[in-house]
Amino acid sequence: MDLKYTPEQEAFRKEARAWLEANVPSEKLASFDTKEGFEQHREWEKKLQAGGYAMVPWPVEYGGRGANLLEWLIFEEEYYRAGAPGRVNQNGIFLLGPTIMDVGTPEQKARFLPKMASSEEVWAQGWSEPNAGSDMANIQATAIKDGDHFVINGQKTWASRGAFAHWLFGMFRSDPDSTRHKGLTFILVPLDTPGITVRPIEKLNNKKAFAEVFFDDARVPVEYQLGEEGKGWDVAMATAGFERGLMLRSPARFQDTARKLVELYKETVASGAYVAPELRRTVAQCWMDAEAYALNTYQTVAHLMGGGKIGAEASLNKIFWSELDTKMHETALKLLGHRAELLPGSSAAGDVGEWLDGYIFALAGPIYAGTNEIQRNIIAERILGMPRK
Amino acid sequence: MEFRFTEDQRLLQETVRDFLAGECTVDFVRGQWETETGRSPEFWASLAEIGVPGLLIPEEHGGLGMTEIDLVLVMVEVGRAGLAEPVTPTAAVAAPLLRDCGNEALAKEWLPKIAAGEAIVAVAQPTSPLVPEAECADLLILRSGDGLYAVPAADARITPQKSNDPSQKLATVEFDPQPAQLIASGANADRLETAALDRGALACAAQQLGACEQLIQMSVDYTAERKQFGVPIGSFQAVKHQVADIKVALEYARSHVERAAHSVAQDVESRSVDVSMAKISAGEAALQGASTSLQVHGALGYTWEQDLHVWMRRAWTLDLAWGETAWHRERLAEALFDGGPPAVSFGFEPAA
Ligand SMILES: Cc1cc2nc3c(=O)[nH]c(=O)nc-3n(C[C@H](O)[C@H](O)[C@H](O)COP(=O)(O)OP(=O)(O)OC[C@H]3O[C@@H](n4cnc5c(N)ncnc54)[C@H](O)[C@@H]3O)c2cc1C
Repeated sequence: MDLKYTPEQEAFRKEARAWLEANVPSEKLASFDTKEGFEQHREWEKKLQAGGYAMVPWPVEYGGRGANLLEWLIFEEEYYRAGAPGRVNQNGIFLLGPTIMDVGTPEQKARFLPKMASSEEVWAQGWSEPNAGSDMANIQATAIKDGDHFVINGQKTWASRGAFAHWLFGMFRSDPDSTRHKGLTFILVPLDTPGITVRPIEKLNNKKAFAEVFFDDARVPVEYQLGEEGKGWDVAMATAGFERGLMLRSPARFQDTARKLVELYKETVASGAYVAPELRRTVAQCWMDAEAYALNTYQTVAHLMGGGKIGAEASLNKIFWSELDTKMHETALKLLGHRAELLPGSSAAGDVGEWLDGYIFALAGPIYAGTNEIQRNIIAERILGMPRK
Repeated sequence: MEFRFTEDQRLLQETVRDFLAGECTVDFVRGQWETETGRSPEFWASLAEIGVPGLLIPEEHGGLGMTEIDLVLVMVEVGRAGLAEPVTPTAAVAAPLLRDCGNEALAKEWLPKIAAGEAIVAVAQPTSPLVPEAECADLLILRSGDGLYAVPAADARITPQKSNDPSQKLATVEFDPQPAQLIASGANADRLETAALDRGALACAAQQLGACEQLIQMSVDYTAERKQFGVPIGSFQAVKHQVADIKVALEYARSHVERAAHSVAQDVESRSVDVSMAKISAGEAALQGASTSLQVHGALGYTWEQDLHVWMRRAWTLDLAWGETAWHRERLAEALFDGGPPAVSFGFEPAA
């Protein structure tokens, strides 16, 4: 066990810090859940790419800088320290990208990864269907091979940023006689294909950024199939693991929120406003949990860099970060008292409206990436070996 | 940066686990409840053979010269086995205290005896008037005024007290401080006492992880066997989800405990706060493990005959030892809000 950074790691941190300090936009960008904000974020991603920081752990040939996972953690720490914008293409860079690297053909890697890294092409995730939510294997949208194309019919829903995205990845039933996990194929779909209709859905945060996507004889070339035909479930499980696990939810994000919560607590106490006594311990608990998340992630990274793998453990992760995020924001709203009802941008809100925004976002955490009930099933059955039925 | 144990450290853990699985069975633990002292010199001698009491003792004094990073894995196994012999006060607290106190004569006299399994040392905890293991100790480390004293058992008045956990031997102790027994005074005594508290709390936290693992395992095993409505009760989600929740609490507590071991071993700036976070999180995980396990065992778990309460009581006891959760929560809060001992984010460095 060695908890000191090497001189190279320190140097990398310094370099990233300097670049971010010089380049992070001084004005906060509009939400990437709006058309305007979406484009502003793509501009930012382009800048990141030019600086060589778009995808730190990716190989250089695909637009990354070939760093290891630990350097990626360091970069993320600096990213949140600098208050840099959220990643509009997180579905692509954190989820699909690593999957393409694992199972994609050389042509697919060359075709998709660089444009993903620069966010020239932003990706939506198409798992969910009206009847395939938690029951993810109940996929009904079909992709039937016709010569060198798949003909896709059916519907996907709840695709985040689907309203603005350029591409969608998802599983489709390529064998019409199959059921459940079999006969599914993972396909990459250009959203401007004729026969595809994207209908935006307004979210709880009142932004039209979810989408449902309708497929009506949409023809997609077979070269956009990722992994083997009929083996889409296995490919998708790897992607879902990235989503629940460490790629999407880097610890610095929670540590930064916890730090802000501590500041908010101190300011509120100093202002003389009433602070319920139990909040002192709740805030400390939140800070401590954010630390636990960081420590655990560093341990996971050491395990992975030592050649280990993670499987169902990603479900522990998912429950922990989503509940932590909710608790931190709930606690902040309690500290804010009546100010907690003001939307960001209201003149009386000052900058506290961020907490409300964050709260509404945090509420989705226990639902997306597989609900926490589903994660508890996975922990009980696959980690602890409790009986299935 | 590599946050991982070495193969050798894992091997040591396995050795201790195998040893305890063979020697410290639940029948042995329960058997000890019935004996007069509650402690087994033979057992202690075999623990000494595999090096446990002398883990932190320098090699020149007959120990293994290891650190808390090694010890923490051993303490997890102690907790899993429900072992209550005085490993914490003697091996985890007193040995490094005698090593670090600056009194060469004292170290020379006691460290080889501890390493050889020939001496047990009890240590007073600054957070409690009760001294565990005083009855079976050869030496007691006690506080009086601004001094810290090493008192031979014969010079102390020891009154046994009954504990809710029959594995635990509690006593109140009175003594007349003698200048010849003084180890340290003033700031030096405070420093040693805080280090002792941190080491004791760390050792408890590691045992709480082990106890929690055992409680989860017992729940998993029992709920696979026990049938109601024609199926194993472990197939019900209301049961599964409760057990899954302990597992989540356990794994994140583990990260705190392992980091705290490093912080103590390296005496880093945030040591005390890191230890408090370990003690809070491991304590809560073990208590959650205890209450959930009891619930999923139904009335059977509520009996004296069933073994569940061996670990349940250990979880309660450990929660109160070396600073209760509330005490550690306050130490953490002071660090975060009132300029107490520093709390340092791991990795992440907030902008000024
Ligand atoms: C903000 C947000 C973003 C999202 N982004 C995307 C996206 O980009 N792409 C995408 O494909 N999907 C996305 N989703 C959808 C998300 O993956 C699903 O909502 C989720 O998998 C749950 O499915 P469902 O909504 O159909 O709920 P249901 O499956 O109908 O579940 C409803 C409730 O029943 C419980 N439940 C269901 N089955 C079980 C069971 N077996 N055991 C115990 N409890 C059960 C659930 O836990 C939940 O509490 C997003 C959702 C949100 C909220």
